[in-house]
Amino acid sequence: MLSYIVRRLLIAIPTFFVIVTACFFLMRAAPGGPFDAEAPVPPEILANLRAAYNLDKPLVQQYADYMVRMVQGDFGPSFKYKDFTVTELIAQGAPISAQNGLAALILAIMIGVPVGIMAALNQNSRRDYTAMGFAMTGIAVPNFVMAPTLILIFAIWLKDTPFQLPAGSLGDGGVKHRILPVFTLSLVYIAYLARITRASMIEALRQNFVRTARAKGLPYRSVVVRHALKNAMIPVVTFLGPATAFLLTGSMVVETIYALPGIGRYFVQGALNRDYTLVMGVTALSAALILIMNLVVDVAYAYLDPRVRYDQR
Amino acid sequence: MSTVFDIRDLNVRFSTPDGEVAAVSEVSLALKPGECLGLVGESGSGKSQTFMAAMGLLARNGTASGAVHYGGTNLLTANETDLNKIRGDRVAMIFQDPMTSLTPHMKVGKQLGEVLIHHRKMSAREARAAALDMLKRVHVPEAERRLDMYPHELSGGLRQRVMIAMALLCGPEVLIADEPTTALDVTVQAQILDLLREVRVQHGTAIVLITHDLGVIAGLADRVAVMYAGRIVEVGDVRQIFRSPRHPYTAGLLSCTPSLENRVTATALTTIPGQPPNLQRLPAGCAFHPRCVKVDDRCRAERPALVGDTACFKAEAA
Ligand SMILES: Nc1ncnc2c1ncn2[C@@H]1O[C@H](COP(=O)(O)OP(=O)(O)OP(=O)(O)O)[C@@H](O)[C@H]1O
Ligand SMILES: [Mg+2]
Repeated sequence: MLSYIVRRLLIAIPTFFVIVTACFFLMRAAPGGPFDAEAPVPPEILANLRAAYNLDKPLVQQYADYMVRMVQGDFGPSFKYKDFTVTELIAQGAPISAQNGLAALILAIMIGVPVGIMAALNQNSRRDYTAMGFAMTGIAVPNFVMAPTLILIFAIWLKDTPFQLPAGSLGDGGVKHRILPVFTLSLVYIAYLARITRASMIEALRQNFVRTARAKGLPYRSVVVRHALKNAMIPVVTFLGPATAFLLTGSMVVETIYALPGIGRYFVQGALNRDYTLVMGVTALSAALILIMNLVVDVAYAYLDPRVRYDQR
Repeated sequence: MSTVFDIRDLNVRFSTPDGEVAAVSEVSLALKPGECLGLVGESGSGKSQTFMAAMGLLARNGTASGAVHYGGTNLLTANETDLNKIRGDRVAMIFQDPMTSLTPHMKVGKQLGEVLIHHRKMSAREARAAALDMLKRVHVPEAERRLDMYPHELSGGLRQRVMIAMALLCGPEVLIADEPTTALDVTVQAQILDLLREVRVQHGTAIVLITHDLGVIAGLADRVAVMYAGRIVEVGDVRQIFRSPRHPYTAGLLSCTPSLENRVTATALTTIPGQPPNLQRLPAGCAFHPRCVKVDDRCRAERPALVGDTACFKAEAA
């Protein structure tokens, strides 16, 4: 297994470079440039700016320079937030996004998976329909509707009650400020996880080996937990891999509405501003995360199903 | 005469989007201690569902009525806890497909051991030792090593041996074997049948052998019941039935089966014309009448009851 992991990591390196390269050239191919939005500047100053940011060289030269510095961990200065390097911006924002994302992920697993199992065990009952109704709603209602609704309820209607929750902004940094954003982030994942878990649990319970386990006279609880559950977790893990990568890199909508200084905002703002280096930075980060999560998922498969073996050959 | 396992008037119905399926109708079977009862019939005739119902293993859309008695318990009405005291302990079942009937993510030793941990309250170590012992008794080579293997690391024949070992762990009085050899190749089939014969002799276990292969029955069973479209159409002593089947369907089945004891000559090897009926729209009268060579108007109008050993108006002539 260890040699498999090492091999996969080695394969991930060229993949990573392909992604970063594609991103680099796609960004440059988009019309406009980083200094377009500002008040018109005299051509000499623009030329100076371009020189300062290394934009006056041929594209291939720029690419080579960029890659050389990136390998050394230097993602360059941001074009938009001129006093900061991209590394600084990410170092400031990433922990906030990652903390929220991780909390949302844990919440989603803790609620979504048990709800899905419960629904599967009570298939086509009132509880099942209720749970799946909520799940459908959770999937159908977008974040930008959910977030203001929650703010309306918890920050405004419930103001001056024990249930009041602040509408975001780290402010004093208290945990209370994280509740609404984390909940908003996790809702759609709770919903997806409940649906996926339900479907895969129903499928697992239909397997012949579950019938064998029941014929052995085991209590239904251990039939479910010991025999069906691991099998049912395979599709769940498949979903959780990329979901984790997305959650940890923050959400533009949630961070904007709750005024959180995470990195989720940078994906969209950076692209709109043609902030080449910032976009490259966050892309590199999420590409790396996705590659790692894919590996984690594949390793998890081998744990869930011993028929999956990577060591041969 | 004493009976260990008694199925009385069992009906199994499945509700499906396009109507009710009458999978098993008015089936009664009594199993004596230590005997081997063969249950034959074409695919879909309700053999498996009869015993799935008896073991409380019906699919969610299925319901069973009637009674299935083991000891003083009616398995159809017993609650889950009481049922689980009997399943896997006093009455065990093995299934057709050993490839998919073992849990893929659990080592063989653990799957065997949990039966004893649950029913016999053994410790994990005792259970492992007992499991090893049982694997040796069903002639699993290198048994010790197999305990730590996953099912996919075993051949089909070995997996079926593991299934049988698992069923025998608690020394059941009744073993239901649902097509235990169908998924295996011929030489392995013979070995597994030998093993079942041995189980009967050494453990005195009563065996229900479900199969669509009359050849399998001939070598092992004392009595045989023939099912058609969810009903028992003939039941009786194996030799008697093989020598002189009384129901035309049994006769048809026999003539489809090559090389029996009393060998139906190879030239007579035929197939039964037509298809088994749709269980959602059974024909009026005898369910077999559309395929029967001896059909007359009474067969079309009236369903023959199982009188004595056979359910056929023409039984005398058969
Ligand atoms: N869950 C279900 N829903 C609807 N019909 C079902 C269900 N399970 C079984 N049946 C039907 O019940 C009938 C009897 O099935 P059963 O499994 O007992 O057949 P069998 O005699 O064991 O055949 P085989 O030799 O193929 O195993 C079949 O026609 C089958 O289609
Ligand atoms: Mg069957």
